[in-house]
Amino acid sequence: MTDPGDYKDHAVRPYVLTQGRARPSRNTIGLDTLLVVTEAGKPLPVSASRQERELVRMCRRLLSLAEAAAYLELPLSVASILASDLVDSGHLTARSRIPEVARPSQNMLKEVLDGLRRLR
Amino acid sequence: MASAGSADRYLPDTVQESVKILVVGDFGVGKTTMIGSVSEIEPLRTEETMTQASVGVDDLAGLEAKATTTVAMDFGRITLSPLTALYLFGTPGQQRFWDLWAGLSEGAVGALVLIDTRRLEGSFEVLDQLELRGDLPFAVAVNLFPDSVRYGRKALREALDLAPDTPIVECDARNRASSLDCLITLVEHAVQKEQAGQKAPAVQKEKA
Repeated sequence: MTDPGDYKDHAVRPYVLTQGRARPSRNTIGLDTLLVVTEAGKPLPVSASRQERELVRMCRRLLSLAEAAAYLELPLSVASILASDLVDSGHLTARSRIPEVARPSQNMLKEVLDGLRRLR
Repeated sequence: MASAGSADRYLPDTVQESVKILVVGDFGVGKTTMIGSVSEIEPLRTEETMTQASVGVDDLAGLEAKATTTVAMDFGRITLSPLTALYLFGTPGQQRFWDLWAGLSEGAVGALVLIDTRRLEGSFEVLDQLELRGDLPFAVAVNLFPDSVRYGRKALREALDLAPDTPIVECDARNRASSLDCLITLVEHAVQKEQAGQKAPAVQKEKA
């Protein structure tokens, strides 16, 4: 564990990795959006960056965007832009609630409650 | 139990949905400790860069003064059922991080505000903000440190100027059962708010 709030610089500026974009192509990918490869072994274009390749490799099994970003040490905003592109290109599948829904449903809340009580 | 070999890094393939809870509070109040005590993975850290107008910072005449801040967030995960995973995101509460919240709080179950009674003033900003927003259910968890001042709930509610229905619980963030109880209290409150909202459908919150 590193110290809280310590600053890590990256050799490559974030806007280079995202080709200058600050926003993802779709806004349905949140921190807790679950990602998984659509089809194992589907080749990436030769122009794909190292970070895109790593993200696809990381998501060979189910993982949230936040986890993938943490393991790859990518800033979240960059990871969400890359993930969004990879969903668009059919390499990754985003599984989970579309965050347009402002609040979780009553059923979902009850499921969370039951799940937590079981752990207790 | 929290173990973090790369074997259990991944979620079971059956999981279809994810939800999140924010654990909000001042630095050093025990957010990461609480997340670690209930998470099935070792808490992870991500960084988010925020661009913000540097209000109150050096005035660079003639320049569009914007500063980029890197905010570190720790988070953990609980697989609640074969279908559902819960993520807990630790978020700093200070005003300068509120831009970050817009994205974080979207679709969240609610926020657990962790408080240290030795530094109550550190939680005023975040509680004000949550009450102003009004759309995110929240509960207050008092993390008891060995030398914490013990307040009665009534005194604490007054000191923090909380609404009568906002739950307050005491906890030991290092303790798994105690931390789970805090989360349960928050989700119960969220369920109640949701039910109350359904009874009064006329009041449609406009999108921020």
